[in-house]
Amino acid sequence: MDHPSWQAGVYAALKSARVTQLGYVPDAGHAQLIGAAHADPDMRPVVLTTEEEGIALAAGAWLGGQRAVLLMQSSGVGNCINMLSLPLNCRMPFLTLVTMRGEWGEFNPWQVPMGAATPGVLTQAGVHVRRADQPDDVAEMVAASAALAFDSCVSVAVLFSQRLIGAKVFVK
Amino acid sequence: MTRTNDGTLDRRAVVLTLLRDPGDLLVVTGLGAATYDVGAAGDRPLNFYLWGAMGGAAMIGLGLALAQPDRRVLVVTGDGEMLMGLGSLATIAAAGAQNLSIAVLDNRRYGETGSQFSHTGYTTDLAAVAAACGWQATDTARSMDEVEALRPRLRSQALFAVLRISPEEKPRHLPPRDGAYLTDRFRRSLAVADL
Repeated sequence: MDHPSWQAGVYAALKSARVTQLGYVPDAGHAQLIGAAHADPDMRPVVLTTEEEGIALAAGAWLGGQRAVLLMQSSGVGNCINMLSLPLNCRMPFLTLVTMRGEWGEFNPWQVPMGAATPGVLTQAGVHVRRADQPDDVAEMVAASAALAFDSCVSVAVLFSQRLIGAKVFVK
Repeated sequence: MTRTNDGTLDRRAVVLTLLRDPGDLLVVTGLGAATYDVGAAGDRPLNFYLWGAMGGAAMIGLGLALAQPDRRVLVVTGDGEMLMGLGSLATIAAAGAQNLSIAVLDNRRYGETGSQFSHTGYTTDLAAVAAACGWQATDTARSMDEVEALRPRLRSQALFAVLRISPEEKPRHLPPRDGAYLTDRFRRSLAVADL
């Protein structure tokens, strides 16, 4: 698989932000980050059964003095809504990186409703939403979002646009 | 429909026993009666009470256990809260944290909402679910002698324990519910507030 360099920049930004726990529900757009986490002895990757587990994981990490990130795709955002009350009520940081589906050359119509709703529902749930469209901007956006989350103790989602990660191609 | 039998243990007596001489045990509680029981056993900065985030108690325990590998973490929750986070039993087993235990106060009911039967009141055995998810140590206590025997194990191994409590409701004991306060005092007590 071809790994665009912006993904290495994103991983470096997470490391610079002292993130040491990485919860994820896999997505092809996050595959390089997940692989990097598993190859890094100083990062603790945690595979989740559903996305909201990652919010609770991050809360526990913060209670124990560590920083976590949640990797998911936009279809997982809908699973998270009630659990997002946890970092808000507890004035904890929460950082998530969301690969977008259903917005750019999407093959699968089942991905479209949640993809279209993702920025709105996150905003309604109290999450600061940033969107990365350009490869040159992604790492800096993740670094700034991590600073916002961990220094100001707010919830921040960085949406990786489907154009950025490349639409999934289905071949019969 | 099929029904299981009620447990007989007094929930407050169970929690008092489990948390006797807590030392520096890190305790996370599931919302509802588990939070009240742990508060009634004695409020302390290293108790982190949930008043919402249903289904999240066990995963908070995992994040905490991974962050504090030299400490012991105990999650105390109810059957309804654990059922909502059933997948986390698989996640925790796969993560392999050895310093995390879970104690489920199982009254087979959603006590906060009118005592409707939960799935453990019909067919589900949470200890068997945990074992099938890969938990190496699981147990069920039906007597106070068995609760007493679980107490040291919950602080020394990765144990998933079900405590068969009676459905009797207790007077509400309300510990602090300001999440920011609970978080700050927990982190200060652990000396990680500046991280």
